[in-house]
Amino acid sequence: MKSDSKLLSAPYTVWMTVFIVVPMLLVGYFAFTDKAGSFTLENILSVGQYSNVFLRSIWLGAVATVISLGLGYPFAMIIARANVRRQNVMVMLVMLPMWMNFLLRTYAWMTLLEDNGLINSALAAIGLPRIHMINTAGAVVLGMVYNYIPYMILPLYSVLTKIDKSVIEAAQDLGANSREVFVKVTLPLSMPGVISGVTMVFVPAVSTFIISKMLGGGGNLLIGDLIDMQFLGSAYNPNLGSAVSLVLMVIILICMGIMNQFDDGEVGEKGGMLL
Amino acid sequence: MKKAGGRIYTFLIFLFLYAPILVLIVYSFNDTETGSRVVWGGFSLRWYRKLFEDRLIMEALRNTLVIAVTAAVASTVLGTVAAIGINGMKRLPRRIMMNITNFPMVNPEIVTGVSLMLLFVSAVRLFGGRSLGMASLIAAHITFCLPYVILSVLPKLRQMDPNLYEAAQDLGCPPIKAFFKVVLPEIMPGVMTGMIMAFTLSIDDFVISYFTSGTTQTLPIYIYSMTRRRISPEINALSTVLFAAVMVLLVIVNVRNLKDQSGQQKEEV
Repeated sequence: MKSDSKLLSAPYTVWMTVFIVVPMLLVGYFAFTDKAGSFTLENILSVGQYSNVFLRSIWLGAVATVISLGLGYPFAMIIARANVRRQNVMVMLVMLPMWMNFLLRTYAWMTLLEDNGLINSALAAIGLPRIHMINTAGAVVLGMVYNYIPYMILPLYSVLTKIDKSVIEAAQDLGANSREVFVKVTLPLSMPGVISGVTMVFVPAVSTFIISKMLGGGGNLLIGDLIDMQFLGSAYNPNLGSAVSLVLMVIILICMGIMNQFDDGEVGEKGGMLL
Repeated sequence: MKKAGGRIYTFLIFLFLYAPILVLIVYSFNDTETGSRVVWGGFSLRWYRKLFEDRLIMEALRNTLVIAVTAAVASTVLGTVAAIGINGMKRLPRRIMMNITNFPMVNPEIVTGVSLMLLFVSAVRLFGGRSLGMASLIAAHITFCLPYVILSVLPKLRQMDPNLYEAAQDLGCPPIKAFFKVVLPEIMPGVMTGMIMAFTLSIDDFVISYFTSGTTQTLPIYIYSMTRRRISPEINALSTVLFAAVMVLLVIVNVRNLKDQSGQQKEEV
């Protein structure tokens, strides 16, 4: 099996070269050339004009990630403490919405948040003033949290269930109160799950373009919308679009690099298997 | 007291996760002339009738299924063979291969999408041929499914005793036959997981399809165009049908798993 097996991965190598490596090189090529195909730095430099879009994307993505962590951590703890049968049911219930297309889930929020939507109708019915919710930055964050919170809960849950209960009991026996147990034992031991969850929420949230379009109206343009506009939208300019994509990739890689500093190296695999 | 708090919190989180879906489902049965998404006009199945009469939706559904089945089968075969190759590699080449495999999973989907679009558009410009459509969609879907297949097959290969395959050959089994009789049954659970994952990822994919589809419609792309027009409750009916299909699939898979488990327990006894 050892001697003849190397050739077996040849078709895969060819496939990934053609459909992953070459396309990435093309993105680089387009980013550094103009329409005639000669070398230029203009595209990369003009990405600077959109720094507000980048800052908004990173800010909204970060807010959504923090909210997901804040809501998801206690919930993961509740699941991890339930009995095994209940755990399985709850995990399944967390995963079930992910099986529904995310466009439909986001569309559902449009129905709820609209000025004449269900929430506002309900508010009006009990005599409260209507709230303008759709087409705001808050609606975009809500959409991100809603779509990506399972990616936070599941890795946290899988790490929390693996924590040895006797370690926590030992801390209690040695006189730690519940707050100390959490801060000094549970939280540090669950860090791999936190890191994996944060990455899995932040990366898609920063690069999304549908959620902002559907819930944010026209005023909350994100990096993804910018790229979309350059490739399939009115502002057709694949060279600029490639430059924006390149910068987005670099930002994501830097963020992942920072996260990996806290990482013991095996989280990526665990997170990947959960998907 | 603490327990009650936990219960309420659990309820609120599940309310947050399921309220939008429930609203979609309830309003799919709404009987309105105007297609309002808020006013309740009584129970009816009219949007379901309209859905199944919609030729475009049915065509999009057919495309989606053709792409998903082709991509799942192709990526499973290619990925399983590749995983065997990678498993037999020395350390350095294996690390290189794993990095290439992990890359599309880490890279933002939208960047993968536009990079593939650039590839297909450039290829058409250089070599001629038809522009974006089913072929480019299938190629793109195979590409993003492959890493998931490899990552679910590799652990099974590592668990396997490498002597088994050699023993089969020592006993006179030709390599191909030894693969089907010895290796494949051992790694089958991983292969099946990979294939199911590939199938569901392909059905659900919007971002990469959006950039590589040209004028071809898949179900997610059609849903996207519907949400931009924001009118018909047909979309609610479609969501409900899809949600029901997923539920039925999950129940079948789980029942099968339970049966497998109890079967194994009996064998052990």
